[in-house]
Order: sequence, then structure tokens, then C-alpha cells
Amino acid sequence: MNVVTPPEKLTPKDFATDQEVRWCPGCGDYAILKGVQKTLADIGARPENTVFVSGIGCAARFPYYVKTYGFHTIHGRAPAFATGLKLANPGLDIWVVSGDGDALSIGGNHLFHLLRRNVDLQFLLFNNEIYGLTKGQYSPTSRQGTRSPSTPWGSLDNPASATVFALGSGARFVARGIDSNQKHLPDVLARAHAHKGTSFVEIFQNCKVYNDGVFENFTARDVASDRQIYVEHGKPLTFGKDGEKGLRLNTQTLSLEAVVIGENGVNESDILVHDETNRMIATLLAHMEPPALPVALGVLYSAPGQSYDDEVGDLVRSHTPAEKPDFNKLLRAGRTWTVD
Amino acid sequence: MSNTALAEKSSVPSHRETVESAVVRFAGDSGDGMQLTGGQFTLATAFAGNDLSTFPDFPAEIRAPAGTTFGVSSFQINFGSRVIKTAGDAFDMLIAMNPAALKVELGGLKQGGIIIADTGSFGERDLRKAGYTENPLEDGSLDGYRLVALDISKLTMEAVKDTGLSKQEALRCKNMWTLGFVYWMYGRDRKPTADWLIAKFGKRPDVAAANVAAMDAGHTVAETMELPDGVHGFHVDAADIAPGTYRTVTGADALAWGLAAGTHLADIKMVFASYPITPASQILHSLSKMIDHNVVTFQAEDEIAAACAAIGASFGGSLGVTSSSGPGIALKTEAIGLAISTELPLVIVNSQRAGPSTGMPTKTEQSDLYQAVLGRNADSPLCVLAARSPADCFEVAIEAVRIAIKYMTPVFILTDGYIGNAAEPWNIPDINDYAKIPVNFRTDPEGFHPFMRDADTLARVWAVPGTPGLEHRIGGIERDYDSGNISYDPGNHQKMTDTRFAKIDGIARDIPAQGVEDGATSGKLAVVGWGSTYGPISRAVANLRTQGLDVSHIHIRHIWPFPENLGDLLKGFDQVLVPEMNHGQLVNVLRAEYLVPAEGLNKVSGQPFKIIEIEDAIRARLEN
Ligand SMILES: Cc1ncc(C[n+]2csc(CCOP(=O)(O)OP(=O)(O)O)c2C)c(N)n1
Ligand code: SF4
Repeated sequence: MNVVTPPEKLTPKDFATDQEVRWCPGCGDYAILKGVQKTLADIGARPENTVFVSGIGCAARFPYYVKTYGFHTIHGRAPAFATGLKLANPGLDIWVVSGDGDALSIGGNHLFHLLRRNVDLQFLLFNNEIYGLTKGQYSPTSRQGTRSPSTPWGSLDNPASATVFALGSGARFVARGIDSNQKHLPDVLARAHAHKGTSFVEIFQNCKVYNDGVFENFTARDVASDRQIYVEHGKPLTFGKDGEKGLRLNTQTLSLEAVVIGENGVNESDILVHDETNRMIATLLAHMEPPALPVALGVLYSAPGQSYDDEVGDLVRSHTPAEKPDFNKLLRAGRTWTVD
Repeated sequence: MSNTALAEKSSVPSHRETVESAVVRFAGDSGDGMQLTGGQFTLATAFAGNDLSTFPDFPAEIRAPAGTTFGVSSFQINFGSRVIKTAGDAFDMLIAMNPAALKVELGGLKQGGIIIADTGSFGERDLRKAGYTENPLEDGSLDGYRLVALDISKLTMEAVKDTGLSKQEALRCKNMWTLGFVYWMYGRDRKPTADWLIAKFGKRPDVAAANVAAMDAGHTVAETMELPDGVHGFHVDAADIAPGTYRTVTGADALAWGLAAGTHLADIKMVFASYPITPASQILHSLSKMIDHNVVTFQAEDEIAAACAAIGASFGGSLGVTSSSGPGIALKTEAIGLAISTELPLVIVNSQRAGPSTGMPTKTEQSDLYQAVLGRNADSPLCVLAARSPADCFEVAIEAVRIAIKYMTPVFILTDGYIGNAAEPWNIPDINDYAKIPVNFRTDPEGFHPFMRDADTLARVWAVPGTPGLEHRIGGIERDYDSGNISYDPGNHQKMTDTRFAKIDGIARDIPAQGVEDGATSGKLAVVGWGSTYGPISRAVANLRTQGLDVSHIHIRHIWPFPENLGDLLKGFDQVLVPEMNHGQLVNVLRAEYLVPAEGLNKVSGQPFKIIEIEDAIRARLEN
């Protein structure tokens, strides 16, 4: 769409629909919705040009509440719908919203291919480590031992890390945020939006009803500063209440270790500086888990490359003749003969 | 583009026997190039002005162990001076490049038919691999046939010895030697094949020259050698063919062109999303080359993603098209349900093959009719069309695009492995003779909601993202009839379900009345077919009608909804016989819809019906 006149500035409210929001009271999805609506206003999104595409789950109800175009599709397949939509209309600004089951269980295959193709859109994974909509079964991100209706004695299988999966799939933008951190989330989302290609954002989302407090081990007020690190490109990887802690690269074991500046001979120059274009650092950050290491938040990785839809566009343009080709010629290409 | 004007009808050389039609089957090992050979013979035959129909029949294995019976690859062609409707029942001539080919195909040869066999590949090992204990070329077991046993391998080596090819490369020219021989048998021009070889092996002029030399040598040998008793050249007059520009076309290519023609007529982009599967892949291959005709192809990660991407594209204002075969269609089912509920246009092509499960991937069947008409969860009506022949795929594809867009609905196209691979001459249509397909994207925000409908067709509006003022949300949750917002209201669900059915039923008013292909519009027996059984049914009915039997042929293109007059038409016949390459599907839908005493004639051998099988079934009903 070519917007001719400068559009009036929209507010977050302008992105709210008249539909009654149907998440449980206290659900983390409310906060994310607010964060997204704020982001849309901040970035000057045009509602007519913006599409929210989702699969199935509590998270996937999201499009009904954003006053843009929206497509609530089927479980796990939102990446494929979004890819087709982008091929049809590359000018659209597409956001995919997905839950951890939707994205990593039934939709794991599609997410993998979306990321490796690098279709230009934002992929938001609301990770609540549980299946909300189907009433609380454990999910692929649930920690081992999670008790749920289908695992009364605790789940047995190892959980997947969404960000490690994304990086392994070839994602070129990987970021993280927390539902309740309204100061930080819109910034991360704005960065995701600015990135060309698939921008993968994992958002830790509290399921009030079936998994309440599952992230408390790093979000609770008393532990947050020691168990969260907000990474920023070009800045030392420090955390802790007064920034007194940092991450140091152990070159022997090729792993990160948490250190305290000023203790055991550690000084500021020992602290690793975040380079968001470095996939290895991003991978080390994505792997970090409390309590040994803090949870990395912010933009872990950003290294733009050409997006799939752009490449398709280039290919089409390079094959599109100046004049509309004659369809009759197509039918007559190759061996023909005439009968008179 | 090259256009060959047909030569003046040459007078028949006196030593040739004139026949009205002939069926030739080329059979050899998968590596023997039988499909290429058959393809070239087809072209040469078309250039000679005959009508024709082909049947490529090959194994699923890419390279089955050489010399085995399951590695036999065959190509059958029926050609004549009369209208040709099938690839033919029993063949007049069998080319057997090895013992396995002879073993597999001999049963299909007419008594007294001609066998051309390469003795050079009838060694002891070859015989053993094919399961022969004695050499059939020598033990008298072929006495009832006219046998031309030649050491084609050796003759080929001799013919190409000056070209400097390795022995292995030289031997690969065997098929062209044989083709040259058969060309002489039917008085075919070698030039188009020579041109084709030179173009094909552009980078290897030595290989091209060797192949041409082999073909010429085969031709010369046939012309000069003392042929066995009863073996001589044949002549088939040119058929009475309507004027026009022709090409040979396979169903897969015709379908691809038809889809592209449809979106061309609608003047919108096609996004074709697919995942490779035999025998549907060829459609993807063909469309991938049409990038300059506003066609974008997407090879998805699986069939589910392909269907979803196509639907996403339709949401975005392109026409989404997806294609597969039965197992892949099964995977697309849930997504198709979403396209039904969100009322988006979608074309789904099913190139049917023998099943269930993997079944026999390269063998044909018509057993996905239920899957198309009924095979979804919940009440989920859509439109189903079936193509009857390779060329008909073009027309059906355009019709599918028209209905999908006009009614905002998924449309199934049923084709099958037989139609997809088979070729026939095609009087190439002029795209300007086809009606444009109107597309009305909504742009007016006044009074808009996403499920407002056309009063006549009941199609909902097509409002495409990017349009200011029409922002809306759609999805699989039931939508309110009056606003499009999600709704769990009981009365609303009833109304929406009724509306979805009424919309699809209404298509019946917008399609041609069901006609009768051949015969009266009422009488003793109607033979009702759909899809690729068209050829054998029409020939069988025509044959028996000339013998005075009261039988008519009805062939259904619009499988769902049926044409409005179909029930009344069927009720005008005492008996209804429904031949299908399945265990009885259309027959049951007809019985359920119209309470007519339709009977099935069912064949699921992976092979098309033979004319005689249908004739026998008709006779059994009319002569008792
Ligand atoms: C094909 C299919 N299988 C299963 C379901 C049932 N189902 C709906 S949502 C869901 C899981 C939801 O979990 P998640 O993706 O984590 O999202 P949340 O509800 O927690 O936001 C399941 C299994 C479905 N709708 N469709
Ligand atoms: S079940 Fe959990 S995730 Fe779903 S709406 Fe309720 S609180 Fe939110």
C-alpha cells in the first residue's frame, strides 16, 4: 500500500477491537496484548496493512483483539498460512502469535521451516510451559517432572528450549521478553518489527490457571535482578542489583560463567561484551538457565539476511517481461502441428 | 515454437497393409528409455495425422534392479484413422527389450500379434532374472505369435561404432535403433525425432549423432531385411481431424495450463503450494516454469503446510491452489475445513492413485471420490469436479477457478495417475474464446462486515488485507451471520451450516445440465461414468449401439453438486451401471441422492478398464 498523506498518529487504544477479551482474569496474555498494542502505536503501524495470524490455543485468540486484519487458523500451522499470505502480498506487515504447544509441538515442523526460510514477519511465542486451552496438560517446554492431568506422576521427557531451537533452525533474529515487564517488552517488539526477515520473540507468559508462577524462580521480585540479564549490543553482559555481576567466557570449556566483579580477581574487562551479530554468543546466552546462570532477555541475536519473500520477489521481477506475456504463446510453446 | 505442417497424404505404398488402428506397446527395463521412446513415437504419430491415446505404465522404483519383472517400464499407444478414445485393450505389437518385459507383457498381446525382441538381452542370466528356465524365443512357446527376433544390442553397437562412444553409452542407443525399426513398420517420419535428439543432446553432439545413426540403422534394417512370414509394413490413414493447431498434451500439463488460464482470465496471481508426491508432482513442475505468467510456486515442507500456504494466499487476494494425491490430501483435510468455514477460494487437485496408504503410487485408481465429497470432519460441503481425459483437464481447471472465486469456496479437481501421464493430441484453444472470470474485491467500508454475502450466490465478500477500512478478523471459530464476529449461538450455527450447504447447492444452478454423451436420454440402460473411465465407456457404448443395443453413456464432470437434472435423467432408464476404478463410490452417492437402483462395475487392479470388460457388463444386463 502506498500511503500518500501522512497518517494521523494512532494510540494503543486504536488497536483494540470491540470484542470482549476472553482470557482468564490474571492471564499473562493481557499484558502481552497491551504491550503489542503499545508497540503498534509506537512504530506507527497502519491497521490496514497489518495482519495478525495465529494457530490454536489461548495465545492464538490474540488476533480477535487487535484492530488490524487477523486470521485465526488451525493448530500449529500459522507459519504456513503466514508464508502463503506473504507470497500473495509481500507488502503486508505480518505478526504470528503462537503458544508453546502450537509452535513447538504440533507446529514444530512449520516453525523450523519458517525460520530457515527467513520469511519477513514477527513470530511471537507465548511460552507458558503448559497447554492452556486444553486445560493444563504438560507441553514441550514443561520442565521434567511437571505434574499435569496427563502426567500425574510428573512428566518424563526433556523440555525444549524455544530460543535454542530457533537459533538451530537458522533464525536471524532471536529475542526474549517477559509478559509483565511492560517497560522492556515494547522495545523488544519494536526491534523485532524493525528487523527484516523472521523475527523470533519468546515471551514468558504466566498461565494463571494451569501453571501459575512457573517462572517465579527468575521473575519473583527478590530474585529477578540476580536471575535475569538484559542483554544489549555492545554493552558488557552485567546483571545483579547494582550491575556487580557479569558473564565471563571460559575459553577452556567454551561456556559462560557468572562472576562477581571485584571478587576473585575479576575486573570489568573480564566481562564478555554482547555482540548480537554473533550466533555463538547468542547460543550460549540462549542456553543459560537459573539458578547457575541468569535468564537472558532482550535481543540475543540479530543478523539480517535476505528474506525468502524478497528472494521470491527478485526472481519474479527478473522473469517478468515488460509487456504482459501472451497466454496463447505459452500454450503453443514446443512442438505443434497444424491441420487444415 | 516449431510448427510442422502435415505433409500431403502420401499414397499408400503397395507393400504396406492398411489398418484402421493399431496398438503398440514398448516394454523394457526401467533403464531402457521406453517412456522417451514412446513419447517420440507419439509425436511422430501425431505428425502423421492419426488420432491417438497413450498409456505410460511404469514402476514406482526409480531404478529397480535391472532385468527384473518388477522393473519393467512400458508405454502403450493406440493410434488410428478413426477417433481414438482409449490406449487400447490388447496390443497388436509388443516390443520386448528383455525377457522380463516379454514375461510381464505377453498376456496383453493379441493372439497372432507381432513381437519384436532383442535376442542380445536374452542371455542365460537375463532369462533367469525374469524367471524363465527356457528361452521363450527358441522353445516354441511363442508359436502363436509373429516373432521378429533380432540382436538389437549387437546391431546397435555396429551402427554406432564409428562415433567413439563407450560400450555402455553405445548400448544406450538401443531404444532409438528399435524406434527406427518400428518407425519403418508404420511408415513414420524420422525427422522430428532426429531434430529432437540433436536438441536434447546439444552439449554432446557425439551422443546425438550416435542416437540418430542407431535410429537410421534400425529403419534401414526393417526396410531391407527379409521379415518373417506375416510381418510387413503397415499403413494407417490420417484421421479426420478438426482443423487447428495441435500439440500432444498430458493431463498434468493440461491441468497446469488450465489453472494458469483460470487465474489469467481472473487477472489475479496464483500461489501454487505443493509437496512432491507421485503422480501429482508433474503439476508442480509445470507451474514452476510459469513464473512469467503471474504464478508463484511454493514447495512447502509437507502437504499440510502446502494447503495452509495456499489458503493464506487466498486470504491475501491471490488464488491459492494446492495439489497432491490421496495420502497428501488426507493431510490437507483439516486446512480444507478452515477454507470452508472462512469461505475462501481454494483449488485442490487430487491426482488419484491406487491405495489405501502408499498403495501402488504409479498405478491409477479413482478411489478418492468419497474423500473429496465427504471426507472431512463435520458438515463441510464443497465443490468437486472430475476431468475425463488429458485435454479435459484444461477445461476442468478453468471451471474450478471460476467456481472457487465466484462462490468463495474450496473446489476439488479429481484427476488420476492415468490421465496425468497419458497424452493425446490437443486442438490448442484460443484463450480469448474463454469468458473472463470476474473478481470483486471489496473496497467500500460502508456497511462492511466480513461475512456479508451476495444475495444470489451466497458467496461472502472477498476483503483483502491492505484495504483501508476493511480490517477484520476471521478464523475457524463459528462466525455470526450478521457481523462475522465469533459466535457460539445455537441458532446462528444452524443458520451458518444451512447457508454453507445452500451456497454449494446453488452452484448446481450455475453449471450445464447433465447431457448424454451417446445414446437416448431414456431407455434400458445408462452407463454412468466419471473421470478417466470416459475412454473405455464411450468406446464400449458406441460399439454396442452400432450392434443395436439400447444403452446410453452419461459422463459426470460436476461430481458435487450434481447437475440439477441428473436425478430425473437417471430415472428415465430401467438400469444404471456405474463403472469405476474403485470399490463403488459414485454409485453409492447416486443411490443415496436419487434412490435409483444403480449398480457398480468395479475394477481396482491399478490398470484402466478395458473396453471389452465394459462391453461384457453391458451385454450381461441387456441380453439376459
Ligand atoms: C489438530 C488439533 N489437535 C489438537 C487440538 C487441541 N488443542 C488446542 S490448543 C492446544 C494446545 C495449546 O497449548 P499452547 O499452544 O501452549 O497454547 P496456550 O493455550 O497455552 O496458549 C491443543 C492441544 C486442536 N485444536 N487441533
Ligand atoms: S488457561 Fe492459562 S493461558 Fe489460557 S487464558 Fe487461562 S490463564 Fe491464560
